Amino acid sequence: MVEMDPVVAERVPAPVVAAEPAPAGPLPAPVAATHRAAIELRGLTKRYGEETVVDAIAASIAPGEFFSLLGPSGSGKTTTLMMVAGFVRPDGGNILVDGRDIAAVPPQKRGFGMVFQNYAIFPHLNVFENIAFPLRARRWAKDAVAERVAWALDLVRLGRFADRAANQLSGGQQQRVALARAIVFHPPVVLMDEPLGALDKNLRFEMQVEIKEIQQRLGMTVIYVTHDQEEAMSMSDRIAIMNRGRIDQVGPPSEVYERPANPFVGRFLGEANLISGTVLAESGEVARLRLPSGHELRAPHSGSCGAGPGLLFIRPERVEIAPGATAAADPGANILLGRVRRCSFLGNILRYAVEPEAAEPVTVDLQNAAGVAPLPAGAPVVLRWPVADSLILRGEA
Amino acid sequence: MTVAAAITTERVRAAPAAPRDLTPLLLMPAVAMLVVMFIVPLVLFFVRTFMEFDGTATEFMAQARDLLLSQAYLTALGTTNWISLIVTATTLLIGYPIAYYLTTARGVGVSIVVLSIVLPYFTSIIVRTFSWMVLLGEHGLVNDLLIGSGLVHAPLSLMYNRLGVLIGMSYVLLPYMVLTLYAAMRAIDPSLLRASAGLGAGGFYTFRRVYFPLSLHGVLSGALIVYILSIGYFITPALMGGQHDIMIAMLIDRSLEVAVDWPSAALMSLTLLVVTLGLYAVYYRVADIRRLIGAR
Repeated sequence: MVEMDPVVAERVPAPVVAAEPAPAGPLPAPVAATHRAAIELRGLTKRYGEETVVDAIAASIAPGEFFSLLGPSGSGKTTTLMMVAGFVRPDGGNILVDGRDIAAVPPQKRGFGMVFQNYAIFPHLNVFENIAFPLRARRWAKDAVAERVAWALDLVRLGRFADRAANQLSGGQQQRVALARAIVFHPPVVLMDEPLGALDKNLRFEMQVEIKEIQQRLGMTVIYVTHDQEEAMSMSDRIAIMNRGRIDQVGPPSEVYERPANPFVGRFLGEANLISGTVLAESGEVARLRLPSGHELRAPHSGSCGAGPGLLFIRPERVEIAPGATAAADPGANILLGRVRRCSFLGNILRYAVEPEAAEPVTVDLQNAAGVAPLPAGAPVVLRWPVADSLILRGEA
Repeated sequence: MTVAAAITTERVRAAPAAPRDLTPLLLMPAVAMLVVMFIVPLVLFFVRTFMEFDGTATEFMAQARDLLLSQAYLTALGTTNWISLIVTATTLLIGYPIAYYLTTARGVGVSIVVLSIVLPYFTSIIVRTFSWMVLLGEHGLVNDLLIGSGLVHAPLSLMYNRLGVLIGMSYVLLPYMVLTLYAAMRAIDPSLLRASAGLGAGGFYTFRRVYFPLSLHGVLSGALIVYILSIGYFITPALMGGQHDIMIAMLIDRSLEVAVDWPSAALMSLTLLVVTLGLYAVYYRVADIRRLIGAR
């Protein structure tokens, strides 16, 4: 095992940190400007026997973009990443890096950084050697290796842990080693496969911030696989929602959250009310949805929207709830009268389950602000939300 | 698993064992058999042979030193060590690729290889040694083929010399090496190899820096097992060796059968036993290295 060169060790700034530090101070500057690469997936397909795991997906990822593949397990997101990494051979389609097809390039020649699920830290190497691994594989000179590893250790705030054995690290520290190892050689693209899945919730949030900061600092392109929608939304420039081997929607977090392309996307990205009914002939940008009770709700519709079964999508936090049994009609809002069935205390919010007279149950989230007292079960309430905040989606619940 | 779930399973698992741990009771027959058939005779053998020696302790020590420094003993010691080392190296070189193949490949090939490794394992050593004698003899199958194909003109001496001993012993001991290596290689997390390739390492670099180091405890364990078994080997060298291939076990046999010198035989047996036990101690340490480096 190679010890760290003492001269280099001196150059490493004294770590500012405890074992699991809070972000503090500016991050070290990149040693060299990182090349950023654009990635394009064209009709990428993978089949295992009869089953099509990834079904002709297409996506363009811009240089320096943080792009997440988000979906439930079995949606094909990891398989997609493994095809980009070169570990899984596509059955169809192309992967282009800066316009060049990399189908024939083996994984070790693709030059991507990778963070694996469960980290895949080499158990027989210490922290320094784990991070030095990609550099040594590229036959870097000893001095350059020492310098760059020191830089990477500093970046992930593990300066003091260079000589630590891999099995003496906590989960968060292993995660940092895996991250440092993936970026130490300044790859143009870093692929991350559920890197935070094994960490507890608080640490996960801390690492999200840290990964995002490092990515912005170095400007590399990141493809990030996760099944955690909050993680994807807090980190990504754009998210691709995957479902059964297809990309259902691609867009910035706010767009996929607020304007889902279909009921699956709406439900997958957090709590959603999906009230089913029949779409009536559209009039301009706003369509009408007739509920089985005969009551009508209005909402903008996504794309072509002929008559037929449909769903009204509205986020629980967009619904206003007020005590009362009557409400004046409002052309800019949908109004439902109902009764509280249950109120759950979730800390920062109060979550109401409300049974409207004219529709199926609706969930309403209310900020737990000062002066808010929970309404008792059975209390008559008025639900109201702006027409523009809801959306009519095709399909059935 | 939540804490509550962990506690519940723990309780469920502990429940049947709680009233009484039956393990010692279940081990009794095996322990009894070992004591009666192995340990007691062994101890009796040493005690009786040393009791027959009537002289002072100093005389005994002098005689022991004479024996252990005698030319015959030292030669046999050197031969034993040398043959054991070569056999260990040979089985390692042949066994490593086989074990690697077994851990990576699938299908009929694996079954065939496993069968041809394991089946002989259950066959008598004497039978296997005689089979080799049929193959390697002056008019054996190998020489017939070589001469028939015109590769050689006179039969090669493949037997009744060191080469014969090495071939026979390597063959017999190969399964121990392969199975030990196989166990170690199966424990290597394949995602580490993937990580290595993903980080830019070619096949050979991955092998050198990741796979081989992680299989190293298997290499050490396998080498120790084969070496330990080799130094006490008797039948194969006795049947396939030449005059100069006297190993320790054969020397012990001669002391007993030819010279009827029980004290010498006992003394040599004791030294062999001590060395073997010492190596077993090392073996257990090596087996523990797995835990030290955190490999699963």
